[in-house]
Formats: sequence, structure tokens, C-alpha cells
Amino acid sequence: MIILFGIFLLTLLVITALAIVRSESLFAAVILTGIFSLLMAANFFLLDAADVALTEAAIGAGISTVLFLGALALTGEHERGSSKNRMAALGVVTITTLIVIYATFDKPRLGDPDAPVQQHVGAWYLENTPKLIDIPNAVTAVLGSFRGYDTLGEVFVVFTAGIGVLFLLSARSAGRTEEIDPANVPNRGLRHYLVPRVVGRMLIPFIFLFGLYVQFHGDYGPGGGFQAGAIVAAAVILYALLEGEAEALRVLPLSVLKWLVAGGALLYGAVGVTGMLLGGNFLDYSVLASDPIVGQHIGIILIELGVGITVTGVLLCVFHAFAARGKV
Amino acid sequence: MALAIDILSWVLLSLGGVFVFIGGLGALRMPNLYTRIHAASLTDTMAAVLIIGGIMLQAGLTLATIKLAAILLFLLLTSPTASNALASAAILSGVQPDEGPIERGRTSR
Amino acid sequence: MELLGLVYYWAFAILLMIGFYAVIAKSNLIKKLIGLSIFQAAVFLLYITMGKVDGGTAPILQDGVSLYSTPLPQVLILTAIVVGISTTALGLGIVVRIKEEYGSIEEDEIQERDRQ
Repeated sequence: MIILFGIFLLTLLVITALAIVRSESLFAAVILTGIFSLLMAANFFLLDAADVALTEAAIGAGISTVLFLGALALTGEHERGSSKNRMAALGVVTITTLIVIYATFDKPRLGDPDAPVQQHVGAWYLENTPKLIDIPNAVTAVLGSFRGYDTLGEVFVVFTAGIGVLFLLSARSAGRTEEIDPANVPNRGLRHYLVPRVVGRMLIPFIFLFGLYVQFHGDYGPGGGFQAGAIVAAAVILYALLEGEAEALRVLPLSVLKWLVAGGALLYGAVGVTGMLLGGNFLDYSVLASDPIVGQHIGIILIELGVGITVTGVLLCVFHAFAARGKV
Repeated sequence: MALAIDILSWVLLSLGGVFVFIGGLGALRMPNLYTRIHAASLTDTMAAVLIIGGIMLQAGLTLATIKLAAILLFLLLTSPTASNALASAAILSGVQPDEGPIERGRTSR
Repeated sequence: MELLGLVYYWAFAILLMIGFYAVIAKSNLIKKLIGLSIFQAAVFLLYITMGKVDGGTAPILQDGVSLYSTPLPQVLILTAIVVGISTTALGLGIVVRIKEEYGSIEEDEIQERDRQ
């Protein structure tokens, strides 16, 4: 029965994707991408992936829309026609769709408990999470402990993207010398929008609180560092939109943000090296305390904190890089 | 008793669905931006109250009900703010509200 | 019933190709990036669909539930979502710089400018 609702959502997804590709206004395409991500998050939730739904909603529908809008403010808003090889592209796309649809007939039935993906390693993780790590959220256990090395690589990817954007877009803000004209309203955020300012300032502490809740409850329910980083970054971006970018830089200056970006990855690596220094392997949390299970808890909380700090720092650095670029 | 709660929650959910439909229909068929914002805001407020009320009845007296009440409060605070911000942005960028009656047969200006 | 499950995989194929069409046939760079993100979202849908079990629930261990959907695809997709947003952010930075240097983000105009 639930699957029928899933099919309804899939139809909406396909319609939204078609609308995104066909719309000529890039602003409309970006907002439709936010709707697409939200529908995708609902679909993930129907398919029992609660953590992934939360991440897709926070990062795909929230942060990604802000980044695209920031880039749109610096480039043009309208697309100018399409390229010359449309027919060839349509042909390639149609043929590939038919081939992939033909290949899907070989896939195991949706929800089959005997499918190969449910056996082997996945079942081993589900069995051994209560014994070895003893936290309820199996996804956090696998992400933080069993596959902690992959998550370390992911933190480094986020870190690299952050410093990449800072290299590309930060060079000009160092030479900014214009005075902030008090009559120049767009520089001061949305100061003349009274209702969003009042409601926003009321809500920002609660958004922070929710971000902290998601960060530290990643062990017990859907949550974790990535979602929390996106939510806290969204709170600060809301403050920057309402009060102006200069105010937000006064609250969290760029130097602090750069410390956050590097500090989170450093914390993660430090936990791993501490495991080595205490006699275990790299990223072995069992040696961090006298009881191996308590050690696992400590390790997972510390690395999730590192992940959350880096994601917050990177998303805010990217936002400020885009926002500072437009003022020349 | 449980049956009464079930029926009541079904009624609330269906009514919420009807209001979502009305809001969506209004957002499509209204002639200009401001009337469309007004129609779409129906979805954020009336339909949200009815649907979340229906789900709260289904959840009974558990922690989930308190979380749903918090979500409802958050929605009721932010959605009208978003509509207000949208209308303010439209006024400040020059989209004029319509003046005078709408002639029969015109769907947009 | 089996057909209903197959609809998920067909939706994956259609979304994949819609995103891919946007990447190869549109000349605006931001439209290409948006198409890339649709492509990535379709791949996420495939992996999460594979992980579902009939009658199971989210892999958060609790008393009284014995059948869970497998957590392994969800962990992979969590990583993939974050990596996707990182590459999108970097790509948008490059697009902004291209606009500043070439004055346009349409692919044919950029190639025209390069040829001069």
C-alpha cells in the first residue's frame, strides 16, 4: 500500500525533473530543484532510509538551493537557448533509457528479504552492532565505526571543496575598501522587511538547538554530523540574510570559520592517531577507554563532532565566498 | 472510543487534503501573483493544522504528539512569514497588484 | 506486485537520463550542474530502493522489531550526498570565475571567445 504512495511521489519527481530541464528561467529551475530534493527525501523516508532522508532534506533542499541562488546572483538568470546537438542527445538518451529499463527486469523484487544485498556484510553489521558498539542507530554505527575510514575520506573531500572554493573566490574580498553606505539598503540585509526579521531572530536560537540535538542524537535516532552541520550552517545563513553579511561576519569572522574547517578534520584524524598511540590500529576506538564499548561511544561522538564542525565551517565559507563576490 | 478517535482523525485528514487541493487549485487558477500567494498560504496554515491534528489523534498521548505539536507551531510561525516576505519582495521589485475588476475570460495580465 | 517494484527502477532510469540530457544538451553551465545533481539523486534512489525489505523498518535497533532494512546502502548514499554537494559547490565557484573572465556562461560563447 505504501508503495502506491511511493509511485505517486515518483511521478511527481519525473514531472519536476522534466520541468527543471525545460524551464528557461534558471531561478525557477533552482527552486524546482529544491522541490525535487524534498520529494526525493520523502521517497527515501518511505523506503526506510530515515538518516538519508534527513540528509537529503537538509543538504539537498536547504543548502544546495542557497548555493545555487548565490551563484545565480553572480551570473545571469536566464538561459539563452539550447545547443545544436539536441536531436543526437535525445537519441542517445532514449536508447540508454530503454537499455537500462531492459536491464531492470533482472533485478531482485523490491523488498525481497533474500536479495543478495541483505545477506553477507549488511546482515553481519546488523547482528554485531548491539554486541560490539551497542548504539541503536545502525547507520551511525556503520558510518562512524565499522566504515570510519570512508567517513574520514568524506570529511577530507568536504574540506578540499571548502579550500577549493576559497582559492577560487576569496581573492578579491581582501582588497575591498568601499565604505558601507547606510542608505545602500541591499548591503544591510533585509532590514526593511520587518516580519521576517522578527520571526527569524526568534527562530534562529531554536534552529541552533535543533542542530545540536541532531548532532548528539545521531547515536539514537536519525541524525549525525552531516545533517547537524547543514542545519547549523542554515541558521547562520538565515542570520546573514536578515541582518546583512557584515553582521554575520562580525558574529562568526572568517578566521574562526577557517579554524572550524580545518579543526573538524584535525579532530577526526586526532582520534584516529590517538587510537594508534594507545596501542590499537588507526581509527580503532576500542582502546580509547578501559571498556571497549565505552571506547566506541567516545570515538563515535568525537568523530561526529569533527564532521559537524567541518561541514558547518565549509558551508559557511562557501556562502560567504559567494556573498562577498558580488560587492564591487 | 478508539473508533471515534479513528473516525475523527480520518475526517480531519480528509478535510486537510481537501484544503490542500483547494490551495493548489487556487495557486494555479488565480489571475496574478498576490492572489496566488493568498491561495497558496491556505495550504500552509489551514491544511497544516488539520493534517497534523489528524496525525496527532492517531499518535495518541505519546512523545510523538508533542513533537508534532512543536512542528505545527514552527510551521504556523514560518509559513506566513515566508508568504509575507514573498509579497514584500514582489512589491519592492515592482509587481503591481491588480486594480479593478477582472474581465471575464482573462486569466492573466 | 513485482511490477510495482519495477516502477521504482524505471523511475531511476528516466530520472538518470533526464539529468544526463541536461548535462549534454544544454549549453548553460549552471543548467548542466543542475542536471548533474538530478543524475546523482537518481543514483541515490537506485541504491536506497535496493536496500528496502518488505515489512522491515528503518535500521534503528529497537525492542520488538526483528526485520530491518539493511544499513549498508544508506551509509554509502550518506557519503555520496555530501560528496555531491561538495562537488556542486566547487563547480559553482568555477562557473562564477568563468563568468568573470569570459563574460558569459553559455558554452558556445565561451568556446567562441577561446578561439579568438
